[in-house]
Amino acid sequence: MTIRLKPVDAVIIGFGWSGALLAEALSGAGLSVLALERGQFRDTAEDFPPSRAPDELRYAVRHDLVVKPAENTITFRNRADQTALPVRAWGSFLPASGAGGGGVHWNGQTWRFRPSDFLLKSTIIERYGKNFLAPDLTIQDWGVTYAELEPYYDRFEYLCGISGKAGNLGGKIQPGGNPFEGARARDYPTPPLTMPYAPTLFAAAARACGYHPFPQPAANLSRAYTNPLGVTLGACSYCGFCERFGCGNYAKASPQTTVMPVLRRRPNFSLRTGCTVLTIAHDGKGGKARGVTYADESGQVFFQPAEIVVLSAYTFENIRLLLLSGIGTPYDPASGKGVVGRNYSYQTTSSVQLGFADTLLNPFIGAGALGMVVDDWNGEHYDHGPLGFIGGAYLAALATNGRPILNHPVPPGTPRWGAAWKRAVAKSYLRTTRLLASGSSLSHRGAYCDLDPGYRDRFGRPLLRLTFDFHPNDLKMSEFVTARLAEIARMMRPDWLVVAKRQAPYSIVPYQSTHNVGGAVIGGDPATSVVNPYLQSWEHDNLFIVGASAFPQNPSYNPTGTVAALALRAAEAITRRYLRAPGPLT
Amino acid sequence: MTRRDLLASVAAIALTGCAVQTPESGLRFLTPEETASLTAIADRLIPADALGPGAGTAGAARFIDRQLAGAYGTSRDLYMRPPFLPGVPSQGVQSPLTPAARYRAGLAGLDAHCRAAFAGSGFADLDGARQDRVLADLEAGRIMLADGGRAFFELVLRDTIDGFFADPHYGGNQGMVGWRLIGFPGARYDYREVVARHGEPYREPPVALA
Repeated sequence: MTIRLKPVDAVIIGFGWSGALLAEALSGAGLSVLALERGQFRDTAEDFPPSRAPDELRYAVRHDLVVKPAENTITFRNRADQTALPVRAWGSFLPASGAGGGGVHWNGQTWRFRPSDFLLKSTIIERYGKNFLAPDLTIQDWGVTYAELEPYYDRFEYLCGISGKAGNLGGKIQPGGNPFEGARARDYPTPPLTMPYAPTLFAAAARACGYHPFPQPAANLSRAYTNPLGVTLGACSYCGFCERFGCGNYAKASPQTTVMPVLRRRPNFSLRTGCTVLTIAHDGKGGKARGVTYADESGQVFFQPAEIVVLSAYTFENIRLLLLSGIGTPYDPASGKGVVGRNYSYQTTSSVQLGFADTLLNPFIGAGALGMVVDDWNGEHYDHGPLGFIGGAYLAALATNGRPILNHPVPPGTPRWGAAWKRAVAKSYLRTTRLLASGSSLSHRGAYCDLDPGYRDRFGRPLLRLTFDFHPNDLKMSEFVTARLAEIARMMRPDWLVVAKRQAPYSIVPYQSTHNVGGAVIGGDPATSVVNPYLQSWEHDNLFIVGASAFPQNPSYNPTGTVAALALRAAEAITRRYLRAPGPLT
Repeated sequence: MTRRDLLASVAAIALTGCAVQTPESGLRFLTPEETASLTAIADRLIPADALGPGAGTAGAARFIDRQLAGAYGTSRDLYMRPPFLPGVPSQGVQSPLTPAARYRAGLAGLDAHCRAAFAGSGFADLDGARQDRVLADLEAGRIMLADGGRAFFELVLRDTIDGFFADPHYGGNQGMVGWRLIGFPGARYDYREVVARHGEPYREPPVALA
C-alpha cells in the first residue's frame, strides 16, 4: 500500500551535482525541499578518509561508488536491427549512486563549452553551407548562448574553487591560458596545480609543434579555499586516487565539500537516501506534475506530493523516468519524430601511450584533472572545409589513474605473462605515460534511448535501451586528431609508442568516459527538445529536467561545468521568476 | 533437517559452488587442492626471479579465495537476470556463470587434462617448463575446458595481476612485493613535496592500508 506523505514545495530526484545545486538554491529561497537519492549517504570523514580511500581494488576495479548493475543497468546494441542485451557489468562508463553522485568520484576536469558549441548547427551551416552536414546528423543549437551562461559558469567555478589560468579575460587573450576559450569575467579562483613531469614534457613538445598548451582547469584545488557559502576546501596532495575515488583531503570539489555542510544546517531541507523514484505523477500534457512515487530500501512505496519536481538523476535515469511516467513524446527513429530519448551522444576518445628507457615519470603522482592541454584541434579552431568532418578534440597529458592494477604498461611485443613480462613491467611502470584525445560526439538519427521490450529491473520496470554507434563523422574526426596527438607524442622523443585509435563498432566493454549525454535535450522548439532553455519541461511547467541529458550533442570537453551552469541558471529562473508567476518561462 | 531442507541445501551448494568450510586452512571457497593448483599457476604467470617473489608466493590463491567467497565470486552486484542470449562482442559478456563456478569448473578441467596428459600428475606436480607449456596452450585455445580454456586463462591471469597489485590486506600482495617490484608507493597519499622534482627517484618505501 502506498503511503501518502505531507506535501513539500520541491522534490528533487537524484542528489548529485545537479540535485545539490538545485537544493541549495531552492532551499536558500525559503522553499521546503526534499531530495531523494537511490544510493547511500556518504561523507568524507566516515566514508573516504585517507586511511580507507586509497584502495584501488575496491573503488577502481570493483566500482564501490558506482550503481550496482543488479540494482539498475541498461541494455545495449549498436544498431536497431540487433537485439539489445543487458550491460551485466559496467565497462564503457560508470554511472554513480549515492549522495553526491558522480560529483564524488569524478576527476574534476571543469570546462566551459565555447560560444560556438551552443550554436553548433548554425555555425557549421554559416561557415561551410548546408550540404556539409551528413543528412542523418541531428545536431542542433541549444537555445541558450555562452554569454547567457557565463555568469553561471563563473558562479560554479567560485563555488568549487577551481584551479586554472584564464585564457580570455573580457576578450583579452591571456598568455598561459587557453586562447580559444570564450571570454570570462574574471580569472579562476585558485592558481593552477603544480605540474608533474609528463605534462611538462607534453607542454614543451606541444609548444615546439606551434600549439598553445595550458593547465587543465581542475576541481582538485591547488590551495585551500573558502567558497562564497563559507565552506572551506583543502589543498590537493597529488595522492593519485581521484577518479573513481572519494577525496580524503576535502580537496576535490564535490557536493560534500561545497554545499552539503550548508544544506545540513537548513531546517527546510532534507535528504532521504536509499529511495528509488519509480514514477513522476502528473495531470497529463499541459497539466502540472504532482509529485513522485518512490520506494525505500524495505520496498515500502510512498507518494510524495510537491509543487515543483526537479528530475536530476543520471542521464539514463532521467530519460527512463520520463518514459516510465508518460512525459513527452518518445522518439521514433523510423520517422525521426518524438523527443524523449532523441539525440543521445557520447565522447569519442583515443590515446597514445609512450614509454621511455631512462626517464622517471613517477605516474603515482597524480590528481584527477592534473595536466596540460592543447585546444588547437578542437571545434571550430581550425578549418574543417578540406577535411570533410566537423568537431575535434582537446589533446592532453593528464597525470591521473597511475595506480598499478589498471595501469601496468609494457612495451609492445612483450609477452603477457612470465619472466619477460615481469622484467618489462618492473622497468616500464615508472617510465610510461599516456596522452589523451577527448573528442566530440555528434547526435545522429540512429543514436537514441527507449524502453527495452524484455529486460526488467528489480522493481519489474523495463530497463532503458541504448542504441548507439559512432557516426562516420566522428571516426574521421578521431582519426585526424589522433594523428595530431601522435605527432606531439613523437616530439617528446619516447623510446616506444602505441597509438590506440577509436574504431567502430562502439563497445560497451572498455572504459571510455562517463559522459553519456542527451535524450532529454534543451532547445527553443518543442518539436526537437524536451526542455526549454531554462530546463523547464515543455509539457509540465513545474517539472525541471536537469543534467547532461539536456545536451543536444557533446562537444569534446568534460560535461560537469556546463551541467552545473545550466542547473544554476535554471535554479535562478525558478527562484526569481517562476515562484512569482508559475508558468512557462519562455 | 527434513528431506526438503536437505534438497534445498544441496541445490544451494550446487548453485553457488560453495565448498565445505575448512577453517584450519583459512580458506573460504577453494579446496586445498585447488589452492595448490592456483598457487602453482600464479607462480608461473608472475614467477620468482632476482627481482622478487612470484605471485603464488605473494598470496595469489588467498586473494582469489577471498574474492570468490565474496561479492565478486557470486556476481552479487551484477545484472544476472535471464535470458542469457549470445550477443556480439561489443555487448559484453553474457553468461550466467559466476567467477566462483568458473574457477571450480576450470580448475577441475585443468586437473583432468593434466592427469590425462602427464601420467596422473596434476598441474602443481609438473616442472616449470611443462607448466608453462600447459598455460601457453590454454592461452592459445589449444586446451579446451568446459568453459573454454582461453577464457579461464584470461580470468586467472587478470585475478592474479589484480591481487599482486592490490592492497596487501586483500591477500595477494603480501609484503607489498608487487608494489616494490614496480616502484609504486601504495597509500602514501601525499606527494606535494615531490611533484615538482621532475625525473628524480622517489625514495620512500611503500605503505599499505592498515
